Amino acid sequence: MKKLSVKSVVAIGIGAALFFVLGKISIPTPVPNTYVSLQYAIQAVMAVLFGPVAGLLIGLIGHTLIDATSYGPWWSWIIASACAGLVIGLITMKMDISEGIDSKKIIRFNVAQAIAHLLAWGLIAPCLDILIYNEPLEKLFAQGLTAGVANIVTTGVVGTLLLVAYAKTVVKKGSLNKED
Amino acid sequence: MARIAILSYIKRDSLVHELTGRTKLIFFIAWSVAAMVTYDTRVLIAMLLFSFVIFKTSRIKIRDIRFVLGLAAVFLLLNNLFVYLFSPEYGVEIYGSRTVLFTIAGPYTVTLQQLFYHFNMTLKVICVVPVALLFIACTDPSEFASSLASIGISYRVGYSVSLALRYIPDVQREYHNISQAQQARGIDLSGKDKLFTRMKNSVAILLPLVLSSLNRIETVSNAMELRGFGRNRKRTWYNLRRMKRNDWIVAAFVLAILIVDLLVTFWDKSRYYNPFL
Repeated sequence: MKKLSVKSVVAIGIGAALFFVLGKISIPTPVPNTYVSLQYAIQAVMAVLFGPVAGLLIGLIGHTLIDATSYGPWWSWIIASACAGLVIGLITMKMDISEGIDSKKIIRFNVAQAIAHLLAWGLIAPCLDILIYNEPLEKLFAQGLTAGVANIVTTGVVGTLLLVAYAKTVVKKGSLNKED
Repeated sequence: MARIAILSYIKRDSLVHELTGRTKLIFFIAWSVAAMVTYDTRVLIAMLLFSFVIFKTSRIKIRDIRFVLGLAAVFLLLNNLFVYLFSPEYGVEIYGSRTVLFTIAGPYTVTLQQLFYHFNMTLKVICVVPVALLFIACTDPSEFASSLASIGISYRVGYSVSLALRYIPDVQREYHNISQAQQARGIDLSGKDKLFTRMKNSVAILLPLVLSSLNRIETVSNAMELRGFGRNRKRTWYNLRRMKRNDWIVAAFVLAILIVDLLVTFWDKSRYYNPFL
């Protein structure tokens, strides 16, 4: 395995801290007991900026910390969070935001996050839940898909806005013009 | 300042605190695996009783962790409710017999088997809760990275975890500052606005947070690079403690539990203990 660079180590640490803090902050939705999970928007942005390994570990560490400090860890969902970060990072690996952002990149980011969250919450989380907790199928898939769709919407809106705003702050190459 | 209630390290003088971080990490992992694998009522009850004993020896008071227990209770209640709403006959399916106690309405009957299934499911979650809480409450965060490294995880990952623990309060403070400043400018995240507006508003708070975090990543990684972090394949730890007698006993104990757990669970090729046969 390639060694993690110092920058990735720090990005994972601080990314996980962000994931944790945002996971503890709740923005209510009209559905009772459900909150907008802003942490997944941040995870997606960090996965784009720092790659798949960072996305994976931010999800893993951040989610484990959230669970361990509130009730026991729910491993199947922790692993699903990690996988979401990994998949987003993998699909957007060749995408360079520092060169500016266009609609093609935005679409690619959103396709990546939609695939990642569908895979994580529609497949990985319920399957692991069946293996570990053996709860009824219908409940798990209903729960997983609801969470997945909510995360896709959150990441799609908040994550995209963040990415666009971030790209604007980066000074592009050749952005200086010589005055005539 | 509106602090979010978070469980953290509680310094006490107890047998559990004295154990090395490595022992506690091994215990925590083996215990969760044991609880995940089995559905056997006898094993789960034994584990639950053990976890109460451990809790008692740790000298952590219920008072210290009351808010966490509340969260866990709500979570469990909702989970049970959803399982019942989606399949009220699931226990019958698993245990292969049907003893109706009474009927609520339509397909929603209460059977003994379903109640027993709910009981097991709840046990499975509850018996991990004390151990997980103790793991957080009794392990010094500064010892955490060294214990991760000591069970074979790359020290870089261990360092990421301790950086996360180190920077959680900072990020929290920063979030609070930014959100107060933005609220003063009329940006609202509470239920008074529309959901979409609320999400858009959250960007106004998140963007400064992300940008300052990226700056922080730059500063910290430069500082670490200047001090030669990651030069060598191995690393020594200031707070690494040697395994003492008690550590070995506890580690052996949890491995024994795990083995017994696997044996009992797979002995009769069924994860369930079925009292209805």
